[in-house]
Amino acid sequence: MNLLPSLYIILPLLGAFLIPVIGHFIKGFQKAFSSSILLFLVIYTVWYYVAGNGENYIVNIGGWEAYEGIPIAIYLVFDGLSSFLLLTINLIGFLSVFYALSYMRAYTAENNFYSLFCLMVGGMNGVVLSGDIFNIYVFLEISVIASYALVAFGTEKRELEASFKYQVLGGIASLLILFAAGMLYWQTGTLNLADISRVLKEHSHTFPLLFTEVMLITGFGLKAAMIPFHAWLPDAHSSAPSPISSMLSGVLIKAVGIYALLRLFFNIFALSYEISMVITTLGAISMVLGVILAIGQWDLKRLLAYHSISQMGYVVIGLGIGMMIIFRQGNETVAALAITGGLFHLINHAVFKGLLFLNAGAIEFMTGTRDLKKMGGLAQKMPLTATTSLGASFAISGIPPFNGFFSKLLIIIAAIQGNFFLLAALAVFVNFVTLGSFMKFHRYAFQNAPEPKMKFIAPKLPFSMKFSMITMLILCVLMSLILLPPVRETLLDPAVEALMNLNDYAIIITGIQI
Amino acid sequence: MTVYIMTFILFLVGLYGVLTRRNMIKIVIGFSIMEFSIFLFIALTGYINNGIAPIIMAGEEEPVYVDPLPQAMVLTAIVIGLATTAMLLAIAIRIYKKYGTFDIRKVNELKG
Repeated sequence: MNLLPSLYIILPLLGAFLIPVIGHFIKGFQKAFSSSILLFLVIYTVWYYVAGNGENYIVNIGGWEAYEGIPIAIYLVFDGLSSFLLLTINLIGFLSVFYALSYMRAYTAENNFYSLFCLMVGGMNGVVLSGDIFNIYVFLEISVIASYALVAFGTEKRELEASFKYQVLGGIASLLILFAAGMLYWQTGTLNLADISRVLKEHSHTFPLLFTEVMLITGFGLKAAMIPFHAWLPDAHSSAPSPISSMLSGVLIKAVGIYALLRLFFNIFALSYEISMVITTLGAISMVLGVILAIGQWDLKRLLAYHSISQMGYVVIGLGIGMMIIFRQGNETVAALAITGGLFHLINHAVFKGLLFLNAGAIEFMTGTRDLKKMGGLAQKMPLTATTSLGASFAISGIPPFNGFFSKLLIIIAAIQGNFFLLAALAVFVNFVTLGSFMKFHRYAFQNAPEPKMKFIAPKLPFSMKFSMITMLILCVLMSLILLPPVRETLLDPAVEALMNLNDYAIIITGIQI
Repeated sequence: MTVYIMTFILFLVGLYGVLTRRNMIKIVIGFSIMEFSIFLFIALTGYINNGIAPIIMAGEEEPVYVDPLPQAMVLTAIVIGLATTAMLLAIAIRIYKKYGTFDIRKVNELKG
């Protein structure tokens, strides 16, 4: 039995409890410990990819063996899709926490910040690894309760208001997910995802099951901030401290929203036309409306938050197209292409949106404002931020050779080959609007004549902030190389296969052929 | 079946409270009502007619036990619910200190 995957949960939780205790006595412990935990997890995941042969680890906590094929223990499943998400979470987590080392000096109670940060990362790793629906709920609550507190970390008027809205909507979402978990237990008599999938294969689509699926789409849709469930996202993501914004936009909405939707609707429930249609439509609406709402924003972080909604729409339509094609038993290559595009855009979005939020944080750190109208001519004073912003803006608006171009291209090609011409046209249209919106950001922030009243409150950016920003910019360019065959085969293909082979998830856990 | 429908009505009562009340404390109360309706639902799913507590004792012949798993789930969920409610109330009190009101309509700095 290989216990290593449980380190992803144990280490951050250990950090979360040790930091307030030991950090009280030893100065600097919180910073060193939290960043080294995350660095270790990143290195461990990369090592798994480089050295491993892509095998799946199944850990059953408690050591109870399955009885007549019915799993009893609590399972942690480390397969292609989980490891892909874990790499994203821990990479962005490490870079954000490294950035925070100097950014968070302006705040009090630094111990609490790092403790909550570790708790949030631990919860997300748990959601991604967990093999049963109730544990998904528990870990999800761990990570979102930590994120409620982190959004309110500034304890000013705006932060508190955003946190309250976020909590009420996020709480309703969690309750719907708990309700759905109860409904699933009622119908199947089990909580283990693989076992649920096995039991459901024997039943056709009943009304209670459909009701459960709608509950799950609403609950996880609220967590993933798909339009029309998006109302909390712009407030929460723009009010949080910048490293947290980058975590929330970069990974939280993906790990607790999109990942859970994918796992449940690809691997657990039988695919149905209605559900895949609903998911694709939600994605398309988010993609178009998100970007239209973003154009009119003058608050820099609010603008970026609306773009998150829009870019998540791309991810969801990629995966939705894959779902529809698999359901119709159409061309498998096209389905695989669409899913590859969706997952690739997911990790790309984590990197470039993380970088954009860190840049917004750098601008706020230097000038003390987020209002685009009050900025101007920052390119002379902050050349590094101008360069990294330019790179990230190119990536998000799909300009080659940055990573965003390739993932969007894959999604658009898959949409055309699968005869979803409207979706392809919308994707291209949204891309142009995104480009326009980022041109506005650059013009007002960096290019215009310097604003005479603007004062710089900090002399220069500290090293740790620069390091994270430059690393992410390099990643923005280098990640285009993921599409080269040797890298793609180790990183993307296992994740795509985990989704494409719908029944594999149940088979590797229960060992029973369906 | 009636009890399930009644828990669902309780859920809707809570949802109505969250959506229509202006006072933040009342929103939190509505939220708790929703939460407890779900706990009731999950606890009910494990109930078996004439079932007894699932503790094995000598001398009983073919006893019918209620399902203990939903009870364990509800206990976990109650603890999480406590954390959520505490967090909501803490933020509500901080908002009261900053804005001087519990009225959600007057807490509107963020727009757009």
